[in-house]
Amino acid sequence: MADTSLSTDKLLDMYRTMQRIRQFESRVRDIFQEGQIPGFVHVSIGEEASATGVAAALTEQDYITSTHRGHGHLIAKGGEVKPMMAELFGKKTGYCKGKGGSMHIANFDLGILGANGIVGAGLPIATGAGLAAKVRGSGEVAACFFGDGASNEGTFHESLNIASSWKLPVIYVCENNLYGEFTAGKDVTSVKDIADRARGHDMPGVVVNGNDVVEVYEATSEAVERARKGEGPTLIECKTYRWEGHVVGEEAFLGKRSYRPADEIEAWKKRCPLITFEQRFMPDTFSQEELDTVQSEVKQAIDDAVQFAQDSPYPQPEEALDDMFSKE
Amino acid sequence: MPEMNFIQAINTALAEELRHDPATFMMGLDIWVGAFGATSGLTDEFGAERILNAPISEAGYAGAGVGAAMAGMRPIVEIEFASFFYCCWDQVCNQAAKLRYMSGGQADMPITFRAVCGAVGSAAAQHSETVYSQFMSVPGLKIVVPSGAYDMKGLLKSAIRDNNPVLVFEHLKLGRSREEVPEEEYLVPIGQAAVKREGSDVTIIAIGYMVSQALKAAKSLEEDGISAEVIDPRSLIPLDEETILSSVAKTHNVLVVDEGHLRCGAAAEISAVIADKGFDSLDAPVKRLAAPDVPIPFSPPMEKFVLPNDKKIAATVKEMLG
Ligand SMILES: Cc1ncc(C[n+]2csc(CCOP(=O)(O)OP(=O)(O)O)c2C)c(N)n1
Ligand SMILES: [Mg+2]
Repeated sequence: MADTSLSTDKLLDMYRTMQRIRQFESRVRDIFQEGQIPGFVHVSIGEEASATGVAAALTEQDYITSTHRGHGHLIAKGGEVKPMMAELFGKKTGYCKGKGGSMHIANFDLGILGANGIVGAGLPIATGAGLAAKVRGSGEVAACFFGDGASNEGTFHESLNIASSWKLPVIYVCENNLYGEFTAGKDVTSVKDIADRARGHDMPGVVVNGNDVVEVYEATSEAVERARKGEGPTLIECKTYRWEGHVVGEEAFLGKRSYRPADEIEAWKKRCPLITFEQRFMPDTFSQEELDTVQSEVKQAIDDAVQFAQDSPYPQPEEALDDMFSKE
Repeated sequence: MPEMNFIQAINTALAEELRHDPATFMMGLDIWVGAFGATSGLTDEFGAERILNAPISEAGYAGAGVGAAMAGMRPIVEIEFASFFYCCWDQVCNQAAKLRYMSGGQADMPITFRAVCGAVGSAAAQHSETVYSQFMSVPGLKIVVPSGAYDMKGLLKSAIRDNNPVLVFEHLKLGRSREEVPEEEYLVPIGQAAVKREGSDVTIIAIGYMVSQALKAAKSLEEDGISAEVIDPRSLIPLDEETILSSVAKTHNVLVVDEGHLRCGAAAEISAVIADKGFDSLDAPVKRLAAPDVPIPFSPPMEKFVLPNDKKIAATVKEMLG
């Protein structure tokens, strides 16, 4: 049953966003393996609800910082799939003109201060965006996505302390997918719930089902409200799981070395964010046809994005030298 | 002689040194699984107490290595990508590099830091740097940049046995390159350059992966009647000035090639040494070929544009001698 106060429009929007992320990521995985995308890519299949629920509680003016696994965060914050896909291809029409690639997509107009190749680097940056809003009194908040692994970086602890001491409008969103690269969190992390670390910095720490978009949305909305009232930061831990490898194609270099039990992966697939949504809201709130329509509209958009990326030109080699310093 | 690849050379050097000295142990991200293969199998032989999977806490575990070294151990610290050194700069540059000197020579610092470096193909700016040049102006660190499996194994073993902090940079592109490596134990001393190819018209000094590019260039230059000598410094600190200067004395022309950035890079330092001490040997100014001073871009055509390679080396030499 639809035990939520959310409007059907809002719910359908969130479903659409999750579909967009799922289909973008699945397509990226496939075409990466075909060799169409250079470098390496980290996809967030299985983690659509945390990105979506958090961003749905933000306005366009609010900020986010993201990670190496950032496509979903960007899509949720309003990133368009065409220039995103083009960036992954290294094309001139990409959000960063091909300079950044998968790990570095950014769009400052949408408050997206960037994916990041350095684990933990987004934490101080989001803290600073919150600081900017507070200093100038402009009312935005900053949401900071990071992984369970990142919560072991010094930047995590330093950022939480700064934000709590200065009562900054920041929402720290830990997407705990149980692993950092090929290492289980339990082997290298002092706490089971990353949210417990909030206590050490005197801020609320909340654990949510990260695969339930409504739960994520509601927890974030509360944290945003607190932040806008000047009451300071919140740490939200979304329990979730990545279905794919750390990087797409890791089997090629890991060979037989495995680090996750197969039954664990299967168990988490049953807790799919999309299925969780469908089971909750279908058929009472949405019919199968309504959700199917969303799915096929999204498919068209992703097809178009791939086509756009394929058709776009590469930057000229010499453009490597542009964009270094402000000319003003 | 049996052949092995660069990664196997690292793996066997680590295993031999872990066997050789019970004070050695390793820390790093994912080293149980060993993403690049360099640490595969080590946990089986040496156990999880000596092969430590570290949390993503570079400042923390690099610093723990410094402390363990001061407390009598011989840690080997893996930093994964060289750009992540920036996350533990203080522990390497302020602590490991300085504590022996600042304590009036009391603290030995037998610690080895290993990192993969270089551009592997659209890994973008935060995963493509060489980084070693930045460390060159930090007194107290030794820096080695092996260019093949033989040197890799011998230099890494020397690094681990050294009682000073040594940074070992392993270019990812060399991973599968193969070389003959003797079965019996050997060390390659830190501070000795290698003449990789003899020649008489020009000296090409190349670092790390660029050695393979310089050798390729030398081959193609030969077809144009130019005889190029290729020198691999192997260690940047200490730098084997003698081998470099005697080569310059023979050829009178020199090109220094580095994949790192041009400004204040390794090539700049080597060029300055030659200008200072080998000026009379030179027929022409020392020339540098390095990456321009921009972060390494993601998109393949731009990345190719900024990185030196065999063709650019050959073209630069022809221009110089033209
Ligand atoms: C400072 C730094 N150290 C190590 C890495 C290599 N690395 C990239 S992603 C990653 C794992 C991150 O784990 P987590 O924060 O849990 O995010 P997840 O990949 O699970 O989404 C690591 C170790 C890096 N990019 N930056
Ligand atoms: Mg994780």
